[in-house]
Amino acid sequence: MSSNEEKPTKKSRRDFLQQIGVVGLGSVLGGSAIMAGINYDQKKKASDRVKILTAENELMEVEKSALSAVSKPKAEDLAYLQKHGREGLAGKRWVMVIDLSKCRNARKCMAACQDAHHLRPEQHHINVLKMQETKNTPAYYMPKPCQHCDNPPCVPVCPVDATFKRQDGIVLIDNERCIGCRFCVAACPYSSRIFNWSDPLHEEEDKDLVYNVELNVPQRKGTVSKCLFSADRLREEKLPYCVSACPNGVYYFGDENEDAVTNGTTKETVRFKKLLEDNGGYTLMPELGTKPRVYYLPPKGKEYPFQEKDKEEAAEHLG
Amino acid sequence: MLDHSKADKITSDLLRSIRMNKSFVVWMGILGISLVICLYAYTIQLREGLGVTGLRDYVSWGMYIANFVFFVAASLIGMLISAVLGLSGQKWITPITRIAEIIALAFAAVAGLVIVSDMGHPERLLNVFMYGRIQSPIIWDVTVVTVYVLLSTLYLFIPLIPDLKICHDKIDNITPLQSKIYKLLSLNWKGTAEQVALVRKMIRAISIFIIPVAFGIHTVTSWLFASTLRVGWDSTIFGPYFVTGAFVTGCAGVIIAMYFYRFNYKLGDYLTDFHFDKMAKLLVLVSLVYLYFNLNEYMVPGYKMKKFDALHIHDLFVGNHALLFWAVQLGGLVIPIILLLFKKMRTPKPMLFIAIAVFIGAWFKRYIIVVPTMEHPFLPIQNVPLNFKIYTPTLTEVLINFAPFVLVLLIITILSKVVPIIPVQETIEEFEETHK
Repeated sequence: MSSNEEKPTKKSRRDFLQQIGVVGLGSVLGGSAIMAGINYDQKKKASDRVKILTAENELMEVEKSALSAVSKPKAEDLAYLQKHGREGLAGKRWVMVIDLSKCRNARKCMAACQDAHHLRPEQHHINVLKMQETKNTPAYYMPKPCQHCDNPPCVPVCPVDATFKRQDGIVLIDNERCIGCRFCVAACPYSSRIFNWSDPLHEEEDKDLVYNVELNVPQRKGTVSKCLFSADRLREEKLPYCVSACPNGVYYFGDENEDAVTNGTTKETVRFKKLLEDNGGYTLMPELGTKPRVYYLPPKGKEYPFQEKDKEEAAEHLG
Repeated sequence: MLDHSKADKITSDLLRSIRMNKSFVVWMGILGISLVICLYAYTIQLREGLGVTGLRDYVSWGMYIANFVFFVAASLIGMLISAVLGLSGQKWITPITRIAEIIALAFAAVAGLVIVSDMGHPERLLNVFMYGRIQSPIIWDVTVVTVYVLLSTLYLFIPLIPDLKICHDKIDNITPLQSKIYKLLSLNWKGTAEQVALVRKMIRAISIFIIPVAFGIHTVTSWLFASTLRVGWDSTIFGPYFVTGAFVTGCAGVIIAMYFYRFNYKLGDYLTDFHFDKMAKLLVLVSLVYLYFNLNEYMVPGYKMKKFDALHIHDLFVGNHALLFWAVQLGGLVIPIILLLFKKMRTPKPMLFIAIAVFIGAWFKRYIIVVPTMEHPFLPIQNVPLNFKIYTPTLTEVLINFAPFVLVLLIITILSKVVPIIPVQETIEEFEETHK
């Protein structure tokens, strides 16, 4: 024991060598482990890697374990909903065609719309009107949604950019922004806009919902509401609520760019321009220069008679 | 020497009204209580929403907007009297300028509040500044009304500077604090030639600048309607139509105020029959111009009777709104013009009644411009309750619309208690000029 105490340096040199040995061995082992890892990585290449296509259209390969699902659009994220709600769907130009010869005032469109947008019975995003142009011309039913004009009189008058026109042609209203001045209501020649005069229908039930500008739900007291062409449904590649609900084949809906519209009842897809051409399609009050995106086919050869009880109301507007 | 005593008399006459008295306190009390009641009505609207009004989806602008137009209209009189007539060298306006300016400032300042009372989300008012879009006529209106309020404040204040000094020097029955405020506001006025020249120059500059701004506020206000496609609003003459209508309203307002000041402030020596006669003639002049615009506005579409114009015109001439329409056009415009052609009618008392008729008629005229148009959209109003088709204002709504009037009266009452309602310095100067 005493000899150990006398030669402390010797012992420490031995320790030092021992330690080097350990480190050296460790390095070798570690290095070979890395090598083995690389070998392993190369071996599993074929089976454990996947090919992906980037947004820039480049084909790449990544390890399967590195993959994670793209976070789904978070319905609870207001900022996200607002952003994509204002942008709209790229490359689309939505159009609607309403075949007046088929409408028999079933009003399923109105009910589906009110249900989807949490509206009261007297609140209409879409309203089926009883129309008559002159004394001798026949009365007919005319569903009237927002015309989603390409030159919308309602949009420029908004002082706060609460109502806006999207790249896909849809005119929306942001009730997070709306100050409730109702200038847009005054400016719309089609009476397409409504206002939440008091507490909305589902004030209590909806109070925890995150506002979706493409659905305009929850509705908010003191703000304007309007037809949205069911922008939320279009994002899911579905037809609008009113279009799907119609039992009589009145509505066609589609993309002007594709020149294709789909009938909501029969699900038949036809050429948009051909449909207008063959049936004398027109827009409401084109002389106002609003350029509507809703087209009508005249009530020619109506499949259903105009109901006797509605005749008086239709004639009221004759003047 | 004689002049000196006359100047003293003018000063004491015109400063006499600046003191507390019982009737002032009672009047302020009445106004205060009225304001509280009206504000209570507004709290109901804030809580329950605009559903407490008679407004619905089709007639979504009603009394509030009519009231707003009326307030902007009444505020134009300051520009007409002080700037237009002043620049054209009319001397008779001297005792009326401040009355006109006070009316202008009070109505213009309150007009902004009227529009806020119509908003579904008044707490989002700041959005107008945060997200304001230049293409919206509302933004033009906000801008130009704000400028007009500021200019009108200056237009009231700058000619007042010499008088504030006089108030400080001559009124002795006030507290030292009040006296100090007068001194402070008189901006060290000494009446030196340099100061006089400077004030004259400033007044002239504002007189010129305020004319386009005043035209602007009411032209832009008319564009809130004319910029839409609606029948009855889609008109190219709405700008001048509204501006001339505003002069009619303002003249009537000034005549009512003149009558009140003449008799309550004992200012018969200053607001003389001569001034009333002049104001009556001015009212006739602007009313004739306004009548001419009315003729154009209703005759031209009435002659052609296009489908939707016909519905609208029919409703005004013989339909639901006919009684109000003819009462306003005849009682508020045609008959006053005819009556005021007679010299006997151009005296204070008959003029008071005529001016009141014109003033009330002017308010309902705005109602006639706003409401019937909204009741006649291009497409039929269907599948909604009856109250969506026919607009009937509610009591709450009427009370809320009353609040701005109370506020205007409060502003005018207070201002006419703290400053001489007739310019003292100018009156003395004019007297000296004419008695040289």
